[in-house]
Amino acid sequence: MTETTSLRTAVAGVPLTDPRVVRAIELVWREAELLDRADYTAWDALYAEDGTYVVPIDGSVEEFDDVLNMVYDDTRMRRMRIVRMTEGHALAAVDAARTVRTVSRFVPAVVSDDEVVLRSAQVLVAYKRGRHDLWVGDVEHRIRLSETGDRIVRKVVRLVDSEGAPPAAGFLL
Amino acid sequence: MTIELTPDALDVHGETPADLVLPDRVAGRLYTDPDLFELEMTRIFERSWVWVAHESEVPKPGSFKTTHVGRQPVIVARNRKGEINTLLNRCRHRGASVCEQPSGQANGFTCPYHAWSYSLDGQLRGIPYPEGYEGVLAKGDITLGKLRTESYGAMVFATADPDAEPLTDFLGDVKLWIDRFFGLGGGYPVKVLGRHRFRFRGNWKIQLENTTDGYHFPIVHRSWMASVDAETAEMMSFMTDPTCTTHDLGHGHSVMQMVPTHSDLSADDGTEPLQARFDDLVAELKGTGLDDAAVRKLVHAMHGTGFNLNLFPNVSMSAAFLRVLRPISVDETEIEHIALGPDGPPEVVDPVNRAKLRIHEHFQGPFGFGTPDDAEGWDRVQRGAQAAPTMPILVNRGLARETPSPEGWPTSHVTDETGMRTAYAQWKAMMGDD
Ligand code: FES
Ligand SMILES: [Fe+2]
Repeated sequence: MTETTSLRTAVAGVPLTDPRVVRAIELVWREAELLDRADYTAWDALYAEDGTYVVPIDGSVEEFDDVLNMVYDDTRMRRMRIVRMTEGHALAAVDAARTVRTVSRFVPAVVSDDEVVLRSAQVLVAYKRGRHDLWVGDVEHRIRLSETGDRIVRKVVRLVDSEGAPPAAGFLL
Repeated sequence: MTIELTPDALDVHGETPADLVLPDRVAGRLYTDPDLFELEMTRIFERSWVWVAHESEVPKPGSFKTTHVGRQPVIVARNRKGEINTLLNRCRHRGASVCEQPSGQANGFTCPYHAWSYSLDGQLRGIPYPEGYEGVLAKGDITLGKLRTESYGAMVFATADPDAEPLTDFLGDVKLWIDRFFGLGGGYPVKVLGRHRFRFRGNWKIQLENTTDGYHFPIVHRSWMASVDAETAEMMSFMTDPTCTTHDLGHGHSVMQMVPTHSDLSADDGTEPLQARFDDLVAELKGTGLDDAAVRKLVHAMHGTGFNLNLFPNVSMSAAFLRVLRPISVDETEIEHIALGPDGPPEVVDPVNRAKLRIHEHFQGPFGFGTPDDAEGWDRVQRGAQAAPTMPILVNRGLARETPSPEGWPTSHVTDETGMRTAYAQWKAMMGDD
């Protein structure tokens, strides 16, 4: 399957009620709730050992090695990030904004018995010290389906203003 | 001079902006007063040399980027002859911006409103339906506003002041340090790899101070220090090392040496082991046929130079990247962190730059392990400074241990506030002129 082209479109004939797609949506919603609760340890368990988590600057790229990104985490880096977010030494995380996010507008881009690639929209409101900041973007989850538990293999958050100047954040998208 | 921290005695009052800056303290109002901000935009940002580009951002004829000088939108463009101009991004007809792309390649700029078109030099070339202008406008005399533009070491600066001193005089002893900074290329020319942008809700001078603030490092960046390998953490352990110093280079510029053994990367004597984290990279580079010395030069320069070179008023050349500040309003500032790396054959520079990009992402940007903690500190300064506008911000750390270096530069420890003092002295000089 050629993902770069197929990712932009829905898989013809696969409804959102397909049980494989439903499993993927459930995982994405569980993830959203854990991130809003800042329960990063539980969040980590949703990722496969080879999972990557990316917030690119250039929203058009699919390969992130040779470009500068906001976040480009493999498991080692994601775990260090979780330590940073939870150990209490990072000013930004200690005094983080409170976030509420909605993830919806799901489009199944790849569906097989082993894997679902799901595109969605995420609208996140971050509240801190009298201000509400909006973080809005397209999200893409590649989810590995397995008897032993479905896991995120890759998550990419493409912010609408990724090339603009967002505030620095003490939470995760 | 010893400051007694008693109420009132040390408050900074004044009739004029210059009265608000003393050698060892400045009024808190400098962060919060919108009238002072307006004056800064004209007296500093429209008169000083302001950094606008690295030459690699406009590599060939027709290359351009859009940016700002103070609050004024500009286009930095390379013309057919290869010269770089800084043009006001404002149509001469009724004021529309003529370019809204961050960067690109163009033959000229056409205003979207009534399609007046301009050359890469800003010369007005075409006016649609020109009959209406017969007898009222001579096309040949009209150009986009143009700022004086000069470069040193691929760093491009512009000024709105036609009478400003030449850039080379403004930089003075900074030039030696610019030369050293580009040692980060490890034997290759340097190019821009990418940029993070973010905003914080605080005055621009809080960022100006921060790039010469060694004192905050182990406190604010404890989280980053805990996440890096032991060698890198050791490299950044400068708090009590007397060889780590800050020099006042004049004109508001300063250099803060966190890792003085890496100040001049070309002076490497080969005794310092390369960091183990780069073992795979070393092997990959050797596989390209580079000799050991060339590989060592590249890998020795992986973290960039061991200093932050702070140029008044808007750019810091910091280890391996540029930090550029743009004042938005008295209490909002935009920052760019521009990642730099060697430019050369892809099989050599791509693996090096991949590693550099990951190092940059680790600290910088809205989700870095460093930047968000800095930004939180700066937000807090802006909030706290609302209290007691005459109460001073202290910039006296290390004043009693400041002595001239052999070059004649006032010098103190890297954690001292020598760099802030010179920046505020320049601020005072520019704001005091009527
Ligand atoms: S405003 Fe530019 S052509 Fe009219
Ligand atoms: Fe910092």
